[in-house]
Order: sequence, then structure tokens, then C-alpha cells
Amino acid sequence: MKYALAFIGIIAGTLLTIAMMLSWERPPMASTQIGPRGLGMVEINNPRMEAKLQKANVAPEADPPVKLSGVKVKDSKDYQNVKVLGDLDVEEFNRLMGAITNWVSPEQGCTYCHNPENMADDGLYTKVVARRMLQMTRAINTMWTPHVAQTGVTCYTCHRGNPVPANIWFKNEGSPQAAGMASSRQGQNLASKVVGTTSLTYDPFTPLLAKGANIRVDATTALPEGTSKASIHDTETTYALMMHLSQALGVNCTYCHNSRQFASWAESRPQRVTAWHGIHMVSEVNETYLGSLQSVFPKERLGPSGDVAKVNCATCHQGVYKPLYGAAMVKDYEELRQPNP
Amino acid sequence: MIQYQNLYNRVQVHGPADMGVPMNETGMFERQGTPFTSRLMGLIGNAQIGPIYLGWLGTISLVCGFIAFEIIGLNMWASVNWDPVQFVRQLFWLSLEPPPAKYGLHFPPVREGGWWLIAGLFLTTSVLLWWVRTYRRARALGMGTHVAWAFAAAIWLYLVLGFIRPVLMGNFSEAVPFGIFPHLDWTAAFSIRYGNLFYNPFHMLSIAFLYGSALIFAMHGATILAVSHLGGDREIEQIIDRGTASERAALFWRWTMGFNATMESIHRWAWWMAVLCPLAGGIGILLTGTVVDNWYLWAVKHGVAPTYAFDMWAPVLDPALKGQ
Repeated sequence: MKYALAFIGIIAGTLLTIAMMLSWERPPMASTQIGPRGLGMVEINNPRMEAKLQKANVAPEADPPVKLSGVKVKDSKDYQNVKVLGDLDVEEFNRLMGAITNWVSPEQGCTYCHNPENMADDGLYTKVVARRMLQMTRAINTMWTPHVAQTGVTCYTCHRGNPVPANIWFKNEGSPQAAGMASSRQGQNLASKVVGTTSLTYDPFTPLLAKGANIRVDATTALPEGTSKASIHDTETTYALMMHLSQALGVNCTYCHNSRQFASWAESRPQRVTAWHGIHMVSEVNETYLGSLQSVFPKERLGPSGDVAKVNCATCHQGVYKPLYGAAMVKDYEELRQPNP
Repeated sequence: MIQYQNLYNRVQVHGPADMGVPMNETGMFERQGTPFTSRLMGLIGNAQIGPIYLGWLGTISLVCGFIAFEIIGLNMWASVNWDPVQFVRQLFWLSLEPPPAKYGLHFPPVREGGWWLIAGLFLTTSVLLWWVRTYRRARALGMGTHVAWAFAAAIWLYLVLGFIRPVLMGNFSEAVPFGIFPHLDWTAAFSIRYGNLFYNPFHMLSIAFLYGSALIFAMHGATILAVSHLGGDREIEQIIDRGTASERAALFWRWTMGFNATMESIHRWAWWMAVLCPLAGGIGILLTGTVVDNWYLWAVKHGVAPTYAFDMWAPVLDPALKGQ
């Protein structure tokens, strides 16, 4: 009996140790104080994983500048059906087209979007999508500087050489649940990766990043004066989105918030303002730009509920507090920072 | 020569079972089960297992508890479409949710929180019947009812969380889901929604009583073990007939911290410390949302929350106020 117990103990201990070594990160961690002391406002990073992350988030070198021909695309007979980039010099236009190919479809090449027989043809849906995405990129770089600052974004920020960016989302109904009298999950209570393997709302994106639902849950008065109508469920949805944000940027809550009062702006870091604009930017990208492509995408590109692919924080950030560690790519492609015609 | 026998030893008694006092109540139930001894249980307590007195209250309580358990478990299983693998894999994530906010205090469809109310009703019935049972068994044995009232303190917190506060808030969606991780997520979300529960003074008190309970438990356990070879383990005898064990234990604490509890009072300390934890906690939960909507702002208003110099960067303003 005594030995049996000891034996079970040793086996359990060994299994737990193996599980721990496989799933936990070993110390030491690097920590940086980022707020007034005594508040635990500290960024914690694993230097070993940080090195890997840095390698995976390198901006490609910019193509060498070209000598302008003096002919604008819209004035050239050779270029037809150019609706967004018509103001570009022909040489500049070709340089950008080459760059886009490298950023978005390096393996598939030009024909991923273009009909090689007639480059002006809009027959391929990818070309129509690409045009809309160019408008989106310009809108982000010109109208959303509170979020992207002068760093800006290019196709590469999201695509990274993939025709479909690696981090996109669709409306998520979760795995099937029994119908009839069985209780509804109410959109929660599945081990969900996008919200940090918690049981929080597994699709916080649809309400908060596509439908513009109220993200603020705290009352702004000490006593109940009706300043917040948020339910616990609403709070869990906001919380879930914040888990996603934290994962997407590879930061803790305290990167933006003083966690003793998440709602307080006076005690938040300036990064929170940037994030606030980011959340609004993502909502606009999803509603105005990707939403407009609903009928353009073929069925196989749509989600299980038939909705268009959408973006969240991870689409650009990919685990880093600034996409590509803040590499400013758009300064080499100023044509992506022009207002839309 | 008198030889002292320490009650605390590793000897296990494996003999004819002790059947306890004869039943002096008439009723349908006798004590159930043939008693047996277990070496494993003997390591941590009495080696004899059973017989158990179940009675009407115990039986109905177990039945109600089982019904609640089944409702919760089956709904969890249904939530992964009756997939046995996913049920086991995601068990800690699964839950039976209270009704959505739109139903208020009205009875919702079973699919949307109705099962939660039914499960809660059965669980509450089960818990309350078990409480009556602890009260009645104590009385039947001629004991005081301290255990029952301590249990009642825990039931108070349970009822505040799941029933009293939701009723005062006019909404069952405020209540706690039945699930392992989901109820923890609820706890975190509840604190965030109401402006950080750590600034709730009753939550502070509750934590103090919780940690205090652990501390008192450790202090008392350590003290008695330390003097058991002098007869300190005969605590009740030492209350009325203070011996050298009691004297030394008292002296130890008087020397180290200037004050000592007595053999009698330490048990009252422990009981109140433990009981006040859920009592204070329950009051704190009850006031949340009903009387105070944001505990942090409440704490600022009353000078509880300290201020920090946020001068490492320019003042941060709510961007929504700029009309952007």
C-alpha cells in the first residue's frame, strides 16, 4: 500500500513535470517598469521567444527607387481600367505592382490577380479585392494616423507573402451544440484560442470589431446612476477582446492600462489612446472595406456563416507591439499614403 | 508510575466497529451500511468508515443535489453536441449559463437560462435540506449547532451570489454560471464591471478573515501539536483543568507576541474568523451594483484609493470626449 502510493506519486510527479516543461516558459524573464512604481505596471518578456519573434517580423527591403518617366498612368494608352492609382507615374506604378506581387503573392505571381491576356480585365475577383485593399491602405495611411502614425502600413504589414493574411477572422458560431431544449452556450464556454484559452466569449470580434457594440462596461459614477448598462456577459465580451489584444500585441494589460481601474484614462498609458484608435480603425476596415467585398469573394473564401474575412489586431501586429517592430515601409512607397481619388 | 499516553500517534485501530450511540429517534431510517476500516483513511483520520445516517433529509438532499448535478452536466454535454471526447477535453470550460439580461427576473425559455434556474432551485433545496440535517443531527447527538451555523454562513454567500443580489438587481443574468472556468471568468468580469472589487471594504474584510482563518488554523494546529506530548491534545480537558501543556502554550505566545488566547477562546477565534469570511464577503457582493456601481470611484471619493504620480508621460485624455 505504502509503495503503491509512492509509485503513483512518482508517476504523477513525472507526468506533471513533463507537462510543465512542454507548456511553460522557463525563467528568467526580462521585465521593464513602464508606469509609476508600486502598481505592477511592468512589461514582461521572454528574451528567448523575443529573439524568435524578431526574426519572424522583419520588413523586406524596399525596391530601389525608379527614374520617373513623366507619363502618368491615366494618360498612358497601355494602362486601362486603373481606378485608384491613375495619378502615379508609369514607372512608379510598375515598381509598386512588383512590390505588391512580392508582398502578397510571391509564388503565384502577377496572374494571381491579373489575366495575363488582358491585364486590365477585372475578371479575377482577386483584382477587384486588391483594388479595394489599395483604397483601404491609403485610407489607413492618410485618415488613421492617430493609430498608424507616420509608420503607416503596406500590403506586407498584413500579408507577409501570403495571398490571404495569416490572421483573419470570420463570424464564429462555435462548434455545434445540441438544439431543442438543451441550454445555449450564449457564445461562451469553449476553450477558445483567440481569447487566450479562456472560456470567455469566443467571438468578441463580431460585436466589437464589426458591429460597433459598446466596449465600455464600467460605471463612471461611484453610486448607481445608470452610467453603465453593461451586463456581466457584455463585460466578458470586452474582456475577451482585450485578451485577444494582449495576445496579438504580445503585451500585458498594463501596456495600456493601470489595472487597478481599467476604465480610467487619467491612469492609462498613452498607448491606450493609440489602441482606442486602432479598435475604431479595425471596425471601419471591416465594415467599409472588407464588408463591401461580400459579393466579390467566391464562396470558398467566405467563412462558415458566409461572411467575408475580416481583420483584428493580430492581422497586422502578429504578436508584436508594433507591426514589424515599427519598421516604416510606407516611406518608400509614398503612393500608398495619398488620399483616395 | 503514571505513564502518559499521547492521543496523537500513528497507531490505527482496526477492530470491531464502533456503532455509536443507540438511535433514540423513531423514524424510517436506521444507520446505513456495514462499517469497515480503511488504512488509507486511517492515515488522515479515523480508520472506520460508516455507518452513515442518511434519513429523509439526507436522502432528499442527495436526490435534489443529484438532479442539479445531472441538469448541469447534461447541459454541458449538450453544449458540445453530445460529443464524449469534447465533453471530457473541455469539461473545465463548459458551463450552464444563467439567463441573458433581456429576461430580467422573468422565467426564460429552458434553452436560455431556464435550466440554470431549475438547477439552481434543486441545488438550493439540496443545500438547505443538508443544512437542516446538520442542525438536526447535532441536536440528536446533544451537541451545540455551531457546525450548522458555520455552514449557514457559507449558504448566505451562495444565496447572495445566486439569488438575493440578482433579485435586488432585477436580473438573473447577474448571477454566477455553473462551470469551472466560467465561474472564474465571471468573478474577474464581475470585479471589472463594478470597478475593481478590491476597493470594496467588505471584500477587504472577507480577505482578511480568509487569510486570518488560515493563519489561526496554522497557529492553533502548531501550538497543540507542539504541546501534545504534555497532554495538550486533550484540549477540552485542558479548558477546565489547565495543565502544563496549556501553561506552556500560553507562555509561548505571551513571550513571542505578548498576548495569548486560551484553550477555550482559540476555538471561538477560529470559528468567528472562518464564519466572518463568507458573512463579510456576502455583504460586499450584496452592495455591489445595488448600492455602489464602481468601487474604485467610491474608494477615490472616500480617500481609500491612494494616488500615484502619472508624470512619466503627458496627461492621457479619453479620446471619445474629443469628438473624434
